[in-house]
Amino acid sequence: MAALSISRRSFLAAGGVLVVGLGLDGVGRASAQTVAGADRFLGKSLAPDAVDSFLAVHADGSVTLFVGKVDIGTGGRIAMRQIVGEELDVPLERIAMIEGDTALTPNQGATAGSYGIARGGTQLRQAAATARQALLAQAAQRLGRPAGDLQIVDGVVRAKDGTGAVTYGELIGDRAFNLKVDGGAPLKAPQSFRFIGKSLPRPDLPAKVTGRHRYLHDLTLPSMLHARVIRPPAHGATLVSVDESSVAAIGSARVVRIQNFLAVVAEREWDAVRAARALQCKWTAGTGLPDSTKEFDSMRASRVVRDQEIAKRGDLSALSAPAPGMRALAASYRWPIQTHGSIGPSCGVADVRADRATVWSSSQNTHGFQTTCARLLGLERDRVRVIYLDGAGSYGPNGADDAAAEAALLSKTLGKPVRVQWTRQEEHGLDPKGPAQLLELRAAVDADGEVAAWETQAWLPIATANLPNIPLLSLDAAGIPQTPGRSTGLIYQNVDPPYTMPNVNAVVHWIPDAPLRTSAIRAPGKVANTFAVESFVDEIAALARVDPVEFRLRRLTNPRGLEVLRRLTARMGWQPRPSPRPVDPKAAVLTGRGIAYIHYKHEETLVAMGMEVAVERATGRIRVTRVVCAQDCGLMINPDCVQSQLEGNIIQTLSRTLHEEIVYDRNGVTTVDWASYPILTFPEVPALEFELIQRLDQPPLGVGEAASTPVPAALGNAVFDATGVRLRTVPFRADRVKAALARS
Amino acid sequence: MAKLALRVNGGNREIESADPDVPLLYVLRNHLGLTGTHFGCGLAQCGACTVLVGGRAVRSCVTPARSVAGQDVVTIEGLGSPDRPDPLQAAFIAEQAAQCGYCTAGMVMTARALLARTRRPSEQQVRQALAGNLCRCGSHARVIRAVLRAASAPPGGR
Repeated sequence: MAALSISRRSFLAAGGVLVVGLGLDGVGRASAQTVAGADRFLGKSLAPDAVDSFLAVHADGSVTLFVGKVDIGTGGRIAMRQIVGEELDVPLERIAMIEGDTALTPNQGATAGSYGIARGGTQLRQAAATARQALLAQAAQRLGRPAGDLQIVDGVVRAKDGTGAVTYGELIGDRAFNLKVDGGAPLKAPQSFRFIGKSLPRPDLPAKVTGRHRYLHDLTLPSMLHARVIRPPAHGATLVSVDESSVAAIGSARVVRIQNFLAVVAEREWDAVRAARALQCKWTAGTGLPDSTKEFDSMRASRVVRDQEIAKRGDLSALSAPAPGMRALAASYRWPIQTHGSIGPSCGVADVRADRATVWSSSQNTHGFQTTCARLLGLERDRVRVIYLDGAGSYGPNGADDAAAEAALLSKTLGKPVRVQWTRQEEHGLDPKGPAQLLELRAAVDADGEVAAWETQAWLPIATANLPNIPLLSLDAAGIPQTPGRSTGLIYQNVDPPYTMPNVNAVVHWIPDAPLRTSAIRAPGKVANTFAVESFVDEIAALARVDPVEFRLRRLTNPRGLEVLRRLTARMGWQPRPSPRPVDPKAAVLTGRGIAYIHYKHEETLVAMGMEVAVERATGRIRVTRVVCAQDCGLMINPDCVQSQLEGNIIQTLSRTLHEEIVYDRNGVTTVDWASYPILTFPEVPALEFELIQRLDQPPLGVGEAASTPVPAALGNAVFDATGVRLRTVPFRADRVKAALARS
Repeated sequence: MAKLALRVNGGNREIESADPDVPLLYVLRNHLGLTGTHFGCGLAQCGACTVLVGGRAVRSCVTPARSVAGQDVVTIEGLGSPDRPDPLQAAFIAEQAAQCGYCTAGMVMTARALLARTRRPSEQQVRQALAGNLCRCGSHARVIRAVLRAASAPPGGR
């Protein structure tokens, strides 16, 4: 790990200590903030184009950043400092950072889509470059020297000949820049980088590793009540009656009911847990969920709201009327409903007063949630302050917004601060899910192994345009109007192959319904889409008896794509041959290798991934022994943080591919814990190797999602190489693999 | 009100609880303010709430506080601090072995118990010891390296 050590002082500023200040002398001035004294910035600019929205330079030369994108464990806390430290030439330990606070940080949009650094960091970088330019001009005036005679070292502008110097603190010290971000402000040239491109350690880790990091879950406020929400036992059931006497014996516990929204609150958290268990109530029968075993049949047979053409080019006649000598190939790929699976169930804390409210949430979209919360509470938007605090890692909208809304509703009702803590069963059962996806692919392959025509058809649940927020459970239950609809993320991307094929049709059939509430889940849609596309490419290559790497190289023109593939195969020691390898019918363990490739959203990060697997014939168990990932994401601000994200992408998606499937019955989700919904464990984690391409002269691209997408196909292709069996339904559970091996 | 006398991180602590069966996790977090130990499932399935009782790693979410009376309880706060991390915690920092960090305290405590009984574990032993600790962000490879790094450090070294 590189040399920079973040000092104790800056560590505190970075999130080591949660300062709970309750000086209630202004709008929203009731904050627990991760930076001491953050409320002194209330009233600052939040305009998306103003330098002062993003940063302030103080009299002592320290700098505070105001960042709308939040660090959900990804390394933004160091990367954003590296970006600004670079452009301003300020040592990183002098930089504090405030994240995701609607009263203090500009609205940079949700922390989603892998745009944290690519867009959020780039905005910050340009703001810092603008500030530097202004400070240099001011210093030139102050020192009576042309700017060209000056240099900046650690926040001090000096004449190169040593005849004068002025500090940032003297130049601007806590005053506003009053400047718009200048898109033309010059950026530091790569050859001068001091911080960008270095694997500096994250400032939040010492506190996280020693139990001092304060999470949202750890926040307490004076006179705060602990709440548990009581859920209907069956989907769509409504509340008939509540026997409040059933919790009378539990100290401070009391019951709150708003129509079908039911909760217990208590001064002690354990009393709230006990009350939730003891409370007797009657519910109607549920309205019933559809049959989960027929999910994909239902999707295939569903009414289609509309078709969306993703790609259409060339002559597709070979699909319906293949020429003599052509071979037709068709396959159907299925991806199940999955949960985000945050290790800590969602939590929310709210302090709602008559004329204002403060809500603490681990939401990835505090600014979006501010709007929802204001509507829910009947307050003007600017009377609601939403402050991000770290929760357990989230990979899209989990139950965080629900828990925060529930806390707000209860705090409004009770007139006291309220903390809502979800249970494990609620998080698995009720968090909005990544939807099921069904893809059918067809191809016509000519005698030379050329793809004469390709077709993708995908059946996906349609998202609602301009939905302000995922519809929240508590609002429906409490009879509070909200915009109905569905959020899924951009799940239609990458349904078409990233290769030069002359004749391609890729269409999404948008279907109106999904059985469970949905939201975006890491690399939304693109994990399943790439599973289908890159598995099917492998099927075609196998049919044509061409090495799967060679097959792709021949059809790839993007030089950066070619490079990741070549770097991958060099690292793997890839020996060209067609898949599958000759299978020894007597072998107890079959081994193989597979690859997959993605150009994320066809315009962002490029990833090539290879895997080596061992499949136990007797059990069907797949052991992943080696994963190699080659990635080009443009400029890497902090290569170690990039690699950490890739490790997460790979391990989490291996887990989703090997193990994970949400199952439900008529009443609701039945996979509501880690026993019924297992995830990958330590003994299963493979060896991971990386080829990261640093491109100092390129803009940074996203890293939080792209490397998730080739994982399932690389794994399935490796299993095919080992066994000759093609897995087209996720998860690749051992029983499923064993049955497929038996059929082969 | 049930009175409980506990020994936590080397100090004697007395708490009162309306419920004599209150789990250790809630006593640590809510009575004693030791929030480094986290609630993950309440089912002893994920390991986020792991603490040491008499040197053994236990799941505090399903351990009644009264059942550990008279025994030494050590939480993540009882090891080191951000300024002075203990060698295992220092190894986690050196390997940057956390993302969100919510599960980290439980892993540190599980690994601590492993290293107490097996001074130089193999990688396989580290993986097996941590098999009951779940991580969703995917920090596993770094956590394994961190535990092996701590195990290979000279005894008493920092």
